[in-house]
Amino acid sequence: MTENYFEVLRPGINTTFQDNGRKNFYHIGIPFSGAMDNRNFVIANALLDNKKNNPVIEFALQGPKLRFKGDKVYFNVTGDVNFQILRKNKIEEGVCYQNIVLENNDCLDLISTNRSVYGYLSVNASFKIDFYLDSCSVNTKAEIGANNGKILEKNQIIEIENITKKYSLNKLDYINSKIENIRVIKGPHFDYFSKTAKELFFKEKFSVTKLTDRMGIRLDGPKIENIKNTNIKSEGLVKGTIQITADGNPIIMLSDHGTIGGYPKIGVVISADYDKLVQIPPGSKIKFKEINLKDAEIIYKLYEMETQNLISKTK
Amino acid sequence: MIKNISNLGDAALYCDFGNDVNKEINSNVIQFFKNIQKSKIPGVINITPSYNKLIISFDLNITNFDKIKTEVEQLNFKNEIANVGKLIKIPVCCDNDFALDIKRLEKLLKLEKEEIYKKFFSKKYYCYMTGFIAGMPFLGDLDDSLYARRLDTPRVKVPRNSIGLTEQFCNIYSFESPGGWNIIGKTPLDIFDNKNNSSPNLINPGDTISFFQISKSEFEKKYD
Repeated sequence: MTENYFEVLRPGINTTFQDNGRKNFYHIGIPFSGAMDNRNFVIANALLDNKKNNPVIEFALQGPKLRFKGDKVYFNVTGDVNFQILRKNKIEEGVCYQNIVLENNDCLDLISTNRSVYGYLSVNASFKIDFYLDSCSVNTKAEIGANNGKILEKNQIIEIENITKKYSLNKLDYINSKIENIRVIKGPHFDYFSKTAKELFFKEKFSVTKLTDRMGIRLDGPKIENIKNTNIKSEGLVKGTIQITADGNPIIMLSDHGTIGGYPKIGVVISADYDKLVQIPPGSKIKFKEINLKDAEIIYKLYEMETQNLISKTK
Repeated sequence: MIKNISNLGDAALYCDFGNDVNKEINSNVIQFFKNIQKSKIPGVINITPSYNKLIISFDLNITNFDKIKTEVEQLNFKNEIANVGKLIKIPVCCDNDFALDIKRLEKLLKLEKEEIYKKFFSKKYYCYMTGFIAGMPFLGDLDDSLYARRLDTPRVKVPRNSIGLTEQFCNIYSFESPGGWNIIGKTPLDIFDNKNNSSPNLINPGDTISFFQISKSEFEKKYD
């Protein structure tokens, strides 16, 4: 039997193993985690006819550079990613949403994401990694998941097993649309804020700061004035919750967020906009748009239909 | 009981039990939490109890707000489920190396450290909730004379397994983490065991905690 593995020549900034995350552990302080951009995670596996929840490598901004050792493996990259394949004597420009072969000693250089944050690398195989509470998803704060709950490190080896014979050669034409408007449902503490603050919140633009990671996005913009209390008794949070900290700035909870928090919740980003929200890179501006629950539910159905439609196009 | 149910975004239920923080209201929250856990309502993916709120997250591909709200309202309750909190004994070493804020507390509370520890160790504490970081228990209530505000400038790194106090609460930092609670000691027990793949956290909402003091040599022995 041939040994197949990746050698990590460059780990990238924040490269982790992810699947669709863990359920039912909020009450002991463990968030979902899982791939930040769910649609791109799902498509990455669909293209290779993998199981829906097959673990992938998620990278942020700068991805890893990997050398493949072994027989051969097919992979694809999803997201909006600039990458190259370095074969014996030539450099090949990579195309996202397309299955590509890697042979012994070929290198895959996931150089960077374009005006976005997260990209995904999927292979027609499984990575030899540990699962914790039914998920491989790495949560670096709780040090759980694959790779001892840590990001990839230089020179480590990623073993590959169960390479499938069957893979689809199909490629998918898909463009990650970029958005600036994020739709939000008002939160339980909306009335903690002054009339002016509430208007500003839905009128002005906010900048995504560098203090942004898998736990949350910190925004900077007009200060949102609290007229009631800048603290609440700590209570549960969900992905997409927008809290206003004591200094008047919004923070949006993302997939690795702390499970409880003590700042008032002004709103929650709708589920259909979450994948696009996480892809907004630091330095960009975003604007919140108010929407009601019924409309959010309809928009989610459309989002899910579009995802299913994309999956069927990969077959 | 639940005073109001509203939506938290499009994929969660926000159950409000009022604004007070006390054991009675929190026991109701935990009772609901355990009943909902047992009821296996389709589509529920996370339930987060806290002092006086319960948040129920659900999968929008399976259900929606109206459906879950009706199911929660029609739930058939079995009160006895709630009364199964365990009693857990936690050793604490209060050596000066670990009691990072004991001098600050002596000044703030106008008490000698012996008195602070005597009061602290003589009570049992109730676990209101677990979370923020994995496994961190929020315990209460402290003796009135031990109420102290948070540090003016939070520590960047509170050592793992430190015991902290603020207002009427105490907690245990299950991981090294930023934090502003007054640190009075450290336990050699792992509050969250990231190698345990079935029940990694030692303390669950509704449990009762009794702390007892150990010497530094006992602490070091338990660490080996």
